[in-house]
Amino acid sequence: MDGHSTYVPKSAIARWFEARLPIVGLVHSSFVSYPVPRNLNYFWTFGAILSFMLIIQIITGVILAMHYVPSAAMAFVSVEHIMRDVNYGWLIRYLHSNGASFFFLAVYMHIFRGMYYGSYKNPREVLWILGVIIYVLMMATAFMGYVLPWGQMSFAGATVITNLFTAIPLVGTGVAHWLWGGYAVGDPTLNRFFALHYLLPFMIVGVVVLHVWALHVVGQNNPDGVEVKDVKRDTVAFTPYATIKDMFAVCVFFVFYAWFVFFIPNYLLDADNFNPANPLVTPSHIVPEWYLLPFYAILRAIPNKLMGVVALALAMALLAFLPWLDTSPIRSGKYRPMFRFFFWIFVICCVGLGYLGSQEVTDSATLVARILSLGYFGYLIVVLPVLGLVEKTKPVPVSIADAVLPPSAAAAE
Amino acid sequence: MNRFKASFLALALLVTGAQLAVAQDAAEDQPKPARQSWSFSGVFGKFDQAQLQRGFQVYKEVCSNCHRLSIAFRTLENENGPGFSEEQVKALAASYNVTNDEPNDSGKIFQRPGTPADLFPPPEAFPNDQAAAAAMGKAPPDMWLLAKSRKYERGFPWFVFDVFDAYQEVGTDYIYAILTGYTHKDDPQWNLYYPGHKIAMPNPLQDGGVKYTDGTPATTQNYARDVAAFLSWTAEPSQTERKNIGFRAIVFLLVLSALMYMVKKRVWADAH
Repeated sequence: MDGHSTYVPKSAIARWFEARLPIVGLVHSSFVSYPVPRNLNYFWTFGAILSFMLIIQIITGVILAMHYVPSAAMAFVSVEHIMRDVNYGWLIRYLHSNGASFFFLAVYMHIFRGMYYGSYKNPREVLWILGVIIYVLMMATAFMGYVLPWGQMSFAGATVITNLFTAIPLVGTGVAHWLWGGYAVGDPTLNRFFALHYLLPFMIVGVVVLHVWALHVVGQNNPDGVEVKDVKRDTVAFTPYATIKDMFAVCVFFVFYAWFVFFIPNYLLDADNFNPANPLVTPSHIVPEWYLLPFYAILRAIPNKLMGVVALALAMALLAFLPWLDTSPIRSGKYRPMFRFFFWIFVICCVGLGYLGSQEVTDSATLVARILSLGYFGYLIVVLPVLGLVEKTKPVPVSIADAVLPPSAAAAE
Repeated sequence: MNRFKASFLALALLVTGAQLAVAQDAAEDQPKPARQSWSFSGVFGKFDQAQLQRGFQVYKEVCSNCHRLSIAFRTLENENGPGFSEEQVKALAASYNVTNDEPNDSGKIFQRPGTPADLFPPPEAFPNDQAAAAAMGKAPPDMWLLAKSRKYERGFPWFVFDVFDAYQEVGTDYIYAILTGYTHKDDPQWNLYYPGHKIAMPNPLQDGGVKYTDGTPATTQNYARDVAAFLSWTAEPSQTERKNIGFRAIVFLLVLSALMYMVKKRVWADAH
């Protein structure tokens, strides 16, 4: 895209530095002069929100790691030590534990936005796949973080998820023992989960850098799904236009985040996780954190363990193939009425699966979960490929400027 | 936007349907604990210091015979908590015998009077969980986190409303319900609210069993209410401070958001 590299160093020192390491110019072209489609709506602010959440998670996480003790004997007590004795430890911990939930809330808005407006389509396939990789890394990180307080649900969750690997034919049990560092979830498991929980966020940062890089090569998608044709007419500069809009959205998002942190900090946690892990007592009702519930419901909906694990993996992996599963040349759902209908059904399936994942298993609940799982996979494997071939779409505007500016202004510019 | 509305209607129907599917197998004779009114619930909730002191008295005279409470004596001085004076806490700590962590110079583990920095020692009758389990059938849980580790299912749509009125006292309600749920006079281990109704803890509270000094009627209901409030504080001693800071944080963020919005309007004015 045009419009890059308008940075001109003003002082002699800046010129000297820019000739040796053009990093200021890179930042300038990426976050100041970078052209942003002028028709973006507020669903496009979640990228900025996610950046802030990642930074918050890393800062609070590093501070927590200074006080946390990763051992089966001390982990639970050390978390309560953070809550009671460390200065503002409760604040740091609640920012971190609720931060994970709000990180996922933002990422789900970000993902559904991408799916609705067809942001994964040519030429943004690599950008999308990098996003799916970030999402999977986030789930792994969050799962291992949930194990660290070493409460009853931490222990049960670690046991259930690592036991999934035993479904792999022939080598499954060996893999599980290798993951556990023993014959069951225990001290070695907790210790390595802590090490990995500290490592993975920095891997996320690495993939986020690639994600942003890829974004700045292909440019942002937009609600009308038409490419930028004329940088002057179709775009505005990242700073100040997108910057201030993003900051406004971040502030509003933080109001909700603060409400949870300060007034209902344990709302999203399971009460049983305030009981210390006890391998001899299995919780009667094991539930993962809310952001993993749809996948958990899919896993439980399938009677065969191996097939359940395969379905679980497929439910995540299929997302990476969306650019090729969706055959429609029209990007935005705005101009695809039939797609819109199925998209909302898909969203309902995801939410319904999430609810069922939190409930106890009954025959009728399993039946509903199976129907919703069919809806989930049906959308990805059947609806999207077929819809692109048969649906009637609405006319797409010629350019972004034509879509948003009043006709007179668009003609005048 | 009609399709949008229809989607939400469908979503509501679906959740209700799924919930019916889930609920049909739930036991019908298991009433949910009633929601109580607590001074410390909600955004502006604060502990009633006199209630916490009475609750501590109930803990000390009744619960502590079997239950551990892993908090330090010094925390009882907390001004947002029971607010005992330094002297009171020192005297209280000294009235307990605690086992020293380190051996003395001759290599013996020894007992000494407690100091405010010590944790409440385990009950004398049950130095460890195994001893308690052998006597009671099941080890009485450590009470410090009891108010957070117990709950009852609120169910849809109530769990959505709980987000807005910031009600976090489900565990406290549960404790009160259990303590007042011994409704079969002839069976001290029958509890209305305990799953399966058979509870290992025999009815611990009797009217007049604890002598209140502030004129509060010495009833089982008051004991249950006061000790539940005290346990809500031990589960999270920092909650009043949290809410105070939270109110200011939210006001700050709202003002900042409004300012951001106005700047955004200004910046974008020339782009349309």
